[in-house]
Amino acid sequence: MTQHDPCDRCEELMQDFLDRTLTDSEWKEAESHLMGCEYCARRYRFEETLRRYVKTSAVERMPPSLMAKLEELRGFDVTA
Amino acid sequence: MQAPVTQGYGSSVSEPEPSTEARRIAAEARDRVRFEEEALALADQIYRVARRLVGSREEAEDLVQETYARAFRSWRSYTPGTNMRAWLFRILTNLNLDRGRRIQRTPDMQPLEESDYYLANKLASAAGEEVLDQEHVVDRLSQDSVVKALSDIPPQFRDVVVLVDIGDFTYADAAQILDVPIGTVMSRLHRGRRALKQHLAEETLA
Repeated sequence: MTQHDPCDRCEELMQDFLDRTLTDSEWKEAESHLMGCEYCARRYRFEETLRRYVKTSAVERMPPSLMAKLEELRGFDVTA
Repeated sequence: MQAPVTQGYGSSVSEPEPSTEARRIAAEARDRVRFEEEALALADQIYRVARRLVGSREEAEDLVQETYARAFRSWRSYTPGTNMRAWLFRILTNLNLDRGRRIQRTPDMQPLEESDYYLANKLASAAGEEVLDQEHVVDRLSQDSVVKALSDIPPQFRDVVVLVDIGDFTYADAAQILDVPIGTVMSRLHRGRRALKQHLAEETLA
C-alpha cells in the first residue's frame, strides 16, 4: 500500500470531491480510483470524518435569552 | 369589490369601504410580520455561525442583535423568495467588518501552504502508522481543539471556512455574502482549511 501517481491526483481532487464540486469527468475519475485503492479510500474516510467532526464540534447553541432580545426588536421600522 | 380587510390596522376598520391606503398599510404590516417570523426562525442557525466568526459569546450575541435590528429596519430591501439566510449573513458580515470585531491574529499573516493531508499525516506519524483510520479523528481530536484552531485561522480565510464548512453555504452564497469573486472564495477556502488542519495538528500534538 504505497502511494503512487494516481493517488497524488486523487489527493488533488479530494477536497472538491468532498465538496461535490468536481466536474462529471473528474468525479468519475476520483470515484473509480477510490473504489480500487484502499490507501485513498482510507484517506477519503479520514477527511470526510474530519469534516463532520469539525462541524459538530463548532456548534454552540444560541442562548435562549438572546431569542427574547431579538423578539423585542420587532416592529421598529424607520422607513415606514 | 368589498374585500374584508384584516382588523386592527388604522381607523379604516369601522368604515364600510376601507381606503386603498388602509389596505396597503394592512398588507404591508402582514408582509412585515411574515418577514420577521421567517428571520427569527433562522436565529439559531445565524448565532451558531456568528459565534465562530467572533472571539466571545458576548460579541456573538451583540452581533446577532445588531444584525436583526438592522434587518428589521430594512426589511423592505429583502426580496421575498430569495435566500434569507444569505441576506442576513450579508448584513452580519458587513457589521462584523465595520466594527473590526473579527478575531485578529497579529500579524495577520497568510496561512502556510501545507498539504491537504497534513493533519492526517501528522497524526499517523505520531501513531507510527502510514495512514490512519477514520476512528482516530474522534479519538485524537477534541471539541476545544477545533474551536481554538478555527479561531486561529487568519480572519479573511476563517470567514470563508466558517460560512462554507460550518454554515453550509455554497461557494456562490459565500461569494455574495462576502462580496468577493467566487474564485476568491475557493482559494481562501482551500487555504483556510489547510490552516485549520495545521492548527489542529499543533493543538493535538503539542
